[in-house]
Amino acid sequence: MKSHSKISALLSALFMGLGQIYNKQYIKGLIMMGVGLFILITFAVDFQHAMWGLTTLGETKQTIDGWDIVQGDHSINLLIYGLIFLIASILVLSAHVANVVDAYSVGKKREIGIVPNGIKETLKTMYEKGFPFAMLLPSVFATAFLIILPNLFGVLLAFTNYSSPNHLPPKNLVDWVGFDTFIDLFKMDMWSSTFYGVFGWTVLWAILSTFTCFFAGLFVAIIVNQKGIVFKRFWRSVFILPWAIPQFVSILVMQNLFNGEFGPINQLLLDLGILNERLYFLSDPTLAKITIVVVNIWFGFPYWMVLMSGVMTSIDKELYEAADVDGANNWQKFPKITMPVLMFSTAPLLIMSFAGNFNNFNMIYLMTQGGPVNTSYQGAGSTDILISWIYKMTLEQRQYNMASVVSILIFVIIASISIWNFRRTKAFKEEDMMS
Amino acid sequence: MTSKLSRNLRLVFSYAFLIALVVIVFYPIAWAFMGSLNPGDSLSKTKLFTTDLSFKHYIYLFKETNYLKWYWNTLKIALGTMVLSTIFVVSAGYAFSRYRFKGRKYGLMTMLVLQMFPSFMGMIAIFLLLDRVGLLDTHIGLILVYSGGGIPFGAWLVKGYFDGIPKSLEEAARIDGAGHITVFFKVMVPLARPILVFVAVNNFIGPWMDFIFARLVLTSPEKKTLAIGLFDMITGKSNTQFTNFAAGAVLVAIPITILFILFQKHIVEGLKAGANKG
Repeated sequence: MKSHSKISALLSALFMGLGQIYNKQYIKGLIMMGVGLFILITFAVDFQHAMWGLTTLGETKQTIDGWDIVQGDHSINLLIYGLIFLIASILVLSAHVANVVDAYSVGKKREIGIVPNGIKETLKTMYEKGFPFAMLLPSVFATAFLIILPNLFGVLLAFTNYSSPNHLPPKNLVDWVGFDTFIDLFKMDMWSSTFYGVFGWTVLWAILSTFTCFFAGLFVAIIVNQKGIVFKRFWRSVFILPWAIPQFVSILVMQNLFNGEFGPINQLLLDLGILNERLYFLSDPTLAKITIVVVNIWFGFPYWMVLMSGVMTSIDKELYEAADVDGANNWQKFPKITMPVLMFSTAPLLIMSFAGNFNNFNMIYLMTQGGPVNTSYQGAGSTDILISWIYKMTLEQRQYNMASVVSILIFVIIASISIWNFRRTKAFKEEDMMS
Repeated sequence: MTSKLSRNLRLVFSYAFLIALVVIVFYPIAWAFMGSLNPGDSLSKTKLFTTDLSFKHYIYLFKETNYLKWYWNTLKIALGTMVLSTIFVVSAGYAFSRYRFKGRKYGLMTMLVLQMFPSFMGMIAIFLLLDRVGLLDTHIGLILVYSGGGIPFGAWLVKGYFDGIPKSLEEAARIDGAGHITVFFKVMVPLARPILVFVAVNNFIGPWMDFIFARLVLTSPEKKTLAIGLFDMITGKSNTQFTNFAAGAVLVAIPITILFILFQKHIVEGLKAGANKG
């Protein structure tokens, strides 16, 4: 007996669709061969060039011949071109593997005497088995080219010297430099002092902004939900406004209100006699930081107020009644009943909110543009957090490789926090602690 | 008697606090609103309490700037993003939730990891990529960037929601002879309405707020979105354009705020689910 499975798998491995034809699935086989041919023609030749570009990032520099500029290789275009091919070839490769596996399994069935499916049955099984893949296809494509490719490109930049002033194509070539940029960030004084300074403020900002908003929201929720307060819905609807109004609009308004020269807040404080002279809220490093944290409460408390109100109204009334029977007063009920339930149901949100504030670009950039200027920093202002520093390095200073290195560090930090949070919540769920 | 006194005292302080908070909440809103109606150009000349009002900044926006064009651009991009990203996210979330196939676990892990990259990391590559395929400076390019970027978060969210819907419902439909597509559209999509509304609203609101990717992708002035238009209006020229900016801001803020308040319940639920996924 011939080993149909092995022969057809081998044929399919040799060229897409051959094994299927061997298995007498002629129409299917021909269609697959057509696809294979198409890929071969459009792909194979360019693939070599793309891989050459990806590994070398170009070899000929732009030169000047008299008055004419002779174009050399454009390293960054070669890099992205190579990546497109790399990702496309992964998709092609998985199609090819699927083709071999298919030929093998049909051959296997022939060996035990099952007649291979005709084109009609094939289409039917394709619909049955292929449905989830068809559903995933658009997202897989979009994710591959719009998220994975750009991020991979971003990660790779960290290992090049792509930066102003000496390594910007098309004038110059970019080279792979391994971990040099990472080493620069930690070893070169200018970079490392900026990094530690900005990083310290980022962490402090994330902690302060998360906790101030959390407790402000909690406090407002407690006040509104007290017994005896009327028009609860009215209060809540008003306090939700800062969250509902498009953030970039209100931050830009705030930025003007707190302006040291013409901002009305200064005027108000002067008129009320609280201040004797104008305060430059956003031009003094320390004052700017305090101002941002305080202003951020305006934006952040409604979210927590809504969440806490929701949790508070859902707490079982019997818990409080039981406490009343035991003679507990409000000061005992709150830390013993309300607070644990609140913490339990909001802890994952608190952690994610920390991660969100860590990267809260809008608040910092729209409020101060990272300013005031800090001369001891390399390309960052006093209120810059890591993400806004990256933005400046990318769009203003063209320090692409350093921006990438810092992005990778942010990724590591956020990923650790999220994974820890993810595991923790999962563990909670499995133990069924509260419900 | 003392307990009643302390109760009243507590209520008095509470109301005082609430009223003070209302003032704080409305203070910037009032400035923006009054700024848009004051006849002067600048914030320093704007008065919070005045009867001298004019619509000239609104007229200026419509007559002298491309404001309406920006509005229309943004609306188009928002609607496009909403439709496309909902299709992406719902189909992927459904497949991940209801089918078991090779690579499912890796796919889910990848989606989880991708959410943790800072959003600027891919900026340069997106620019180059769109340039290469000729979608730079087009609204379609921007719609693709927005809807693609939302897939990892959205797919997880929707998958989580589908996981919570009992399988017996679709099995019953299956026994009645319904195919994949019928089950999906007739049984699952209606059941998942709350999360679909969240995804749709979220993606609709996003383009009104973002100015980073909009600025990266759209280079010609007539293609601008509202966020870039307004941002450019107020930065750089410092104080002089505040009132025009305020008028523009009011016209954006009103519909978005109403939309937000209408769908507030969905948004809160969606955010909670997003942090608890898994």
